[in-house]
Amino acid sequence: MDFIGILGLTIGELFSPFTIAYVLCAMGLAMHFGFTGLLNFGQAAFAGLGAYGFSISVLSFGLDWWAAALVGILSAVAFAFVLGIPTLRLRSDYLAIVTIAAAQALYFALSASDFADLTGGSSGLHGFAESFYAMNPIPEGRYTFIVTEMSERGVFISIIGWVLVILVSIFLTALTKSPWGRVLKGIREDEDAVRSLGKSVFAYKMQSLIIGGVIAAVGGMIFILAPEYNSPGTWVTNFTFMIWTVLLLGGAATVLGPVVGGMSFFALLMLTEGVMTGLVDLGVLPFLNISQVAQIRYLLVGLALMLLVIYKPQGFLGNKKETLINAR
Amino acid sequence: MPAEISKGPAAPGCEKVDPIVVVDKVTRQFGGLKAVDVEHVEIPRGMITALIGPNGAGKTTFFNLLTGFDKPDTGSWTFEGKDLAGLPSHKVARLGMVRTFQLTKSLNIMTVMENMRLGAQHQRGEGFWASVFKPLWKSQEIAITDQAAELLVRFKLDAKRDDYAGELSGGQRKLLEMARALMAKPKLVMLDEPMAGVNPALTQSLLEHIKDLKKDGTTVLFVEHDMHMVRNISDWVIVMAEGKIVAEGPPNKVMKDQAVIDAYLGAHADTDLGTVAIKTIKAGK
Repeated sequence: MDFIGILGLTIGELFSPFTIAYVLCAMGLAMHFGFTGLLNFGQAAFAGLGAYGFSISVLSFGLDWWAAALVGILSAVAFAFVLGIPTLRLRSDYLAIVTIAAAQALYFALSASDFADLTGGSSGLHGFAESFYAMNPIPEGRYTFIVTEMSERGVFISIIGWVLVILVSIFLTALTKSPWGRVLKGIREDEDAVRSLGKSVFAYKMQSLIIGGVIAAVGGMIFILAPEYNSPGTWVTNFTFMIWTVLLLGGAATVLGPVVGGMSFFALLMLTEGVMTGLVDLGVLPFLNISQVAQIRYLLVGLALMLLVIYKPQGFLGNKKETLINAR
Repeated sequence: MPAEISKGPAAPGCEKVDPIVVVDKVTRQFGGLKAVDVEHVEIPRGMITALIGPNGAGKTTFFNLLTGFDKPDTGSWTFEGKDLAGLPSHKVARLGMVRTFQLTKSLNIMTVMENMRLGAQHQRGEGFWASVFKPLWKSQEIAITDQAAELLVRFKLDAKRDDYAGELSGGQRKLLEMARALMAKPKLVMLDEPMAGVNPALTQSLLEHIKDLKKDGTTVLFVEHDMHMVRNISDWVIVMAEGKIVAEGPPNKVMKDQAVIDAYLGAHADTDLGTVAIKTIKAGK
């Protein structure tokens, strides 16, 4: 078994742009769920709107990368309004239903052949990343990071991604430790109590929905800029639940939980696949073939998640005391 | 004393010398049940007013209507001359009319101190953009923390300031909720059963807090079943039964009212107390 190779892939996964994209989306979800108590099951739609807002602006309207990024962000803001205005006055479960339905509707619209001129239909879009990589100062070539090899573009998007993760962490920390964040936590605990103290609960929930959505949109852009390909199949419910997994793994009401959760989740996924493939090659697992390994590792991850929820419900970075109070 | 509060003789819906809240024809129907049907009532400013009545009399619904947590089918009401009908609850609170709840709403996964700080009004740091720049709100936060610490001492919760509100006992949460409402510096504080579940040893100090509020010029309106408390601290008592105001007056006089005695002492234990109260009023006065 090629241990060095498996280890290399695992470490590569820790820092890959895809991991960064999931981490950003999970940070947005932390804002929604962890700090405000909003049940958003449509985070994939926010990320997808960022991605499509960016790629369509570049390809169909010839915008520069920064203007396209702005369009992506504004699409997420508009989506937050569309979802929020009818549902945020109601109980939290209504938002859950509406977000999951809206995300599904968006997926169908994006993959429909009717709008293929704009969206590329089910085959998606590519060739939108040129103006973004035009500002890449890193000279062309292959770069080795620990054991993973990357192109100059890969290095660039990874650096941009991690800088964004750091900036968003600082921003979220400042927000959640402020009186503004205190109102959000109050809303998470009991909306009516916060209302009785003169705070406009609706306005705060809307702000939270927008902030979390915009962060997810940025995550969506990182996700498509790495492979320079935007497929509608990415922005499905599966994506949303991966984000939830990352969030719960790290700790819902924490800023850095999504970072730890994202890195450990994808590294673990890669490690189990590598080790199991290796074991199958060696003939240790005669009842499995290589193509089944990819499925089995999700079963193992599911098992790990169940154990986590039972024995460490607060996630890696969460506060144990808080979960105990809720259980009372 | 009663002459100073009401303009004429004490009667249901009588005019007050200096009302802070004036309610007109407020009704609220739940299906076939008319939960609240108040023709006219005025709450005297700067006084402690008790709202009493048997279970199901509509007291809490009336509270919800006045504070914007529920919408009446008809009617209007003013607070300090400002029309409140149709105003959302948070705007009512901002005007200085702050309530507590019968089922305590402490914010459990927040510390006692954070609960208190949340009560303060006009916080610069509660604006989205300002919240990111700590220097903009740091000094105000310190002032709020001092104010909260002072209140916590008064309510004997200062030792718990860094505990989660969820770790407090039921009675302590009740105290916390009241202290938190006071952080908003309300002109009128509306307490829904402030004594329910509070340890008798604490009751006396809680009574003192409510009297202190009056000394500071705050108007108090509270719902309570504890007649001892009502008699002890209130200047004025309003009695509700079946959604209507059935009696009003200074406590010692209202307590002698046959309708109230019937409602609370159980002279007609087997019959519907509300009906008895209305009948007695109609027949007796």
